[in-house]
Amino acid sequence: MTSKIPVAILGAFLAAGLVAPLATGVSAPGFWFEVLLGGLMAGVLYSLVALGFVLIFKASGVFNFAQGSMVLFAALAVARLAERMPLWAALICAVAIMVVLAFVVERLVLRPLVNQDAVALLMATLGVTYFLDGFGQTIWGSDIYEINLGIKREPVMVLDNVFQGGVLINRDDVAATVVAVILVGALALFFQKTKTGRALRAVADDHQAAQSIGIPLNRIWVIVWSIAGVVAIVGGVIWGGKLGVQFSISQVALKALPVVILGGFTSVPGAIVGGLIIGVGEKMAEVFLGPPLVKALDLAGGGIENWFAYVLAMLFLFVRPEGLFGERRIDRV
Amino acid sequence: MFFRENGQFKSTYRADQQLLPILQDRVFMAGLVAFAFLVVPFVASDYLFLSLVIPFLILTLAAIGLNLLVGYCGQISIGHAAFMGVGAYAAYNLVLRLPFLNFLVVLVLAGFVAAAVGMLFGIPSLRIKGLYLGVATLAAQFFLDWVFARVKWLTNYAPSASPPPVELFGWTVDTPVRKYLFLLSVLLVFTLLAKNLVRGHIGRAWMATRDMDVAAEVIGIRPIYAKLTAFGVSSFFCGVAGALWGFVHLGAWEPLAFDLNLSLSLLFMIIIGGMGSILGAYFGAAFFVVLPILLNRIPGMLGFEMSTATASHLEVMIFGVLIVLFLALEPHGLARLWAIGKQKLRLWPFPY
Amino acid sequence: MTAPETHLLAPQRQVGEVILAMEDVWLSFGGVKALQGVSFDVREHEVRAIIGPNGAGKSSMLNVLNGVYHPQKGRIVFKGESFADMDPHHAAEMGIARTFQNIALFRGMTVLENLMTGRNLRMKSGILAQALRVGPAEREEIRHREAVERIIDFLELEPYRKTPAGQLPYGLQKRVDLGRALASEPRVLLLDEPMAGMNLEEKQDMCRFILDANDQLGTTLVLIEHDMGVVMDISDRVVVLDYGRKIADGTPDDVRSDQAVIDAYLGSSH
Repeated sequence: MTSKIPVAILGAFLAAGLVAPLATGVSAPGFWFEVLLGGLMAGVLYSLVALGFVLIFKASGVFNFAQGSMVLFAALAVARLAERMPLWAALICAVAIMVVLAFVVERLVLRPLVNQDAVALLMATLGVTYFLDGFGQTIWGSDIYEINLGIKREPVMVLDNVFQGGVLINRDDVAATVVAVILVGALALFFQKTKTGRALRAVADDHQAAQSIGIPLNRIWVIVWSIAGVVAIVGGVIWGGKLGVQFSISQVALKALPVVILGGFTSVPGAIVGGLIIGVGEKMAEVFLGPPLVKALDLAGGGIENWFAYVLAMLFLFVRPEGLFGERRIDRV
Repeated sequence: MFFRENGQFKSTYRADQQLLPILQDRVFMAGLVAFAFLVVPFVASDYLFLSLVIPFLILTLAAIGLNLLVGYCGQISIGHAAFMGVGAYAAYNLVLRLPFLNFLVVLVLAGFVAAAVGMLFGIPSLRIKGLYLGVATLAAQFFLDWVFARVKWLTNYAPSASPPPVELFGWTVDTPVRKYLFLLSVLLVFTLLAKNLVRGHIGRAWMATRDMDVAAEVIGIRPIYAKLTAFGVSSFFCGVAGALWGFVHLGAWEPLAFDLNLSLSLLFMIIIGGMGSILGAYFGAAFFVVLPILLNRIPGMLGFEMSTATASHLEVMIFGVLIVLFLALEPHGLARLWAIGKQKLRLWPFPY
Repeated sequence: MTAPETHLLAPQRQVGEVILAMEDVWLSFGGVKALQGVSFDVREHEVRAIIGPNGAGKSSMLNVLNGVYHPQKGRIVFKGESFADMDPHHAAEMGIARTFQNIALFRGMTVLENLMTGRNLRMKSGILAQALRVGPAEREEIRHREAVERIIDFLELEPYRKTPAGQLPYGLQKRVDLGRALASEPRVLLLDEPMAGMNLEEKQDMCRFILDANDQLGTTLVLIEHDMGVVMDISDRVVVLDYGRKIADGTPDDVRSDQAVIDAYLGSSH
């Protein structure tokens, strides 16, 4: 199959990118390993945002530009609520808030815009982005806030008997990975085993057919946006716990878009794998590709990771527009 | 009603294809232009020019550019501010390195550079549609932002770009009134160009691609041609607007002057103003410029204080609500509301 | 072969040599075999009908002919030139136009603009000339407007020139679709169910327009139609498809009495 070729090319490209720094002996393997882990960590966060995105796209066909703002909004809510109550209570409140948000979005955005074309819906979520950014900062404030997850800050040294110098791992990174894995597992169970989950999958396959057998589309949308809201909370809390809650989260979370391009708009595994690829790819590029590039072109500093994901996704669109795991579509006339 | 248009029959296709086929419209437009050139410079204050009118004129030009791509050709771009940036940096370097060039030549060349870059980032549109393209244009935004910030040569190894004042045929464009007159002239010329394009065969190729791409191909419109020319022309407009934004409005600018926020603002303008309407770009830009000022003033007038931070958050919120409202209730924006109003007036006082 | 005697409007025209043909065309989507070794030809100035039950592959045939679909195997021959597959733009350039089953008008454009797109291929002025609308660009625009006005006149669309196509009633939209195709002055016009969903009066109008196009403009017609009465009345030769295979080909009378056709339509044990 011809469609395997681009995947193979991408794989080779990534493998080369991963291994090349090792082989050239530019740096210690321990350091290389740390960069890899750092990339995977960032990737987990991208995956989480992308996951919320894919869920919404599957169930309502909406390209949700606001997913990043939802993450920021959720993180702000948790951070500010946790100042007044224990963390668990703040989380519950945040879930309630995101569910309310899902209702509002369904009622005021999706329902009036049903049957509009995809680009109009994308622009509507641009409106939601604006609203959430403004609203979030109005009610929660616009400073930098902390979320204290009660995890010790000191990194742990592992593999010190394998590499010289060992590898430093942050505890919160490990916790984040565990949480992300649990979340994905729970979602998978929900989709496979529950009645609502099956209804969701039916809607994702064919809106009209699902509606015609009596699945209430509007309720499904509320549920999906709620789930995406919960995913946003998880992403926001992990992110905020690591780097502090601030406005830039909403822009960093935009990287979920190249992630879903890479993984395929409708694929949950694609969101996970895509997120990891992008996370690792941009870290590797920044650390190993950045300095020589800066030197060769006499740049005023690195920062390749700001665009690496987008350009990678754009190039990928040429070879495989439907993504690694997406379905190929045939246009009928 | 003020006028009736009955009895104005067209006997040639040329007459029927005029820009403004109705006599009264032509008179009105001529009056408006005369007012803008002859009256406004004498009555408006410097504050009004600098904080409202000048940004309005330049943003209108950029919004027309984006509208040609999004509203007419149906290709979304979330990264058009980056092409404005390309225009600004291109103009800066042209002025810096070829100081003998007339500024009008610089503007046109800057437009061409922006058009070339825009077409380069428009190439993905040939393989992908709507949503995917959004991400490709985001790539343009972030990559170009990075280039502006990191490539020292672009700013001649200075931390920011600070060009000399614009000079035209020995006439320095430095006072607010001069800036206004210069920008108004440029905008009028480009409005005319845009109007001509969208009623020519290239405009029809764009709209056909927007409305039904397969049918457009079958009737013989090459999608490559339609999409890439739309990207090119649109980026040309935005490149010129960007150069003006940097040289005339900002005066000096930091690398992030053309960031994602500006791109999103441009999108906001064409959604509110009216997609697929040149007039809509005017309305959208005006709305975008006026709303923040109103928001800053009105609470004060009503007697309660609002911090600037709150006002700016409120502004963003209102923008968001308006986008959704317009998309749901009037997807063709203020321009359509204007057309409906005009239609009602034309028939008034009769309901039909 | 005998000339068809059943023409209601008995056009005086000369059916000429084969202008368009497909030879042993195979087309499939994944596991679905849309066309299995179909061959047929169209003669110049002829009215050629394609009939068959739903899903027989009729639209696929048109889509192969004008390059929307690319067959896995087979050839398309147009005016003596042979192609493995077509490209929609190239097909249009060579003079193959097309209407659509589910009207594919440019809904946001006026009727006039829709028809003018049919002239786009012939309009040559560059971007700058159009932007400035200098002499030649304007004259070109007017020249093509005149051509389009003849189509508007021919199809009786005068009152709707400046109406957005999306706002017209269904029957008129079908007419605009036909007009857009005619505006490109095609050698061959592919019509995909031009009368589907119309009432009797609208069908009669459409029939008249189609036959007039054939008669007055000399356009060769290939049409898919479900209304057997219409097909048998207006076409010179009919090809019958069933499950992606050609089961009959000949004059309306031949086809009407063909056992395989009767089986396919009435249903029989295969």
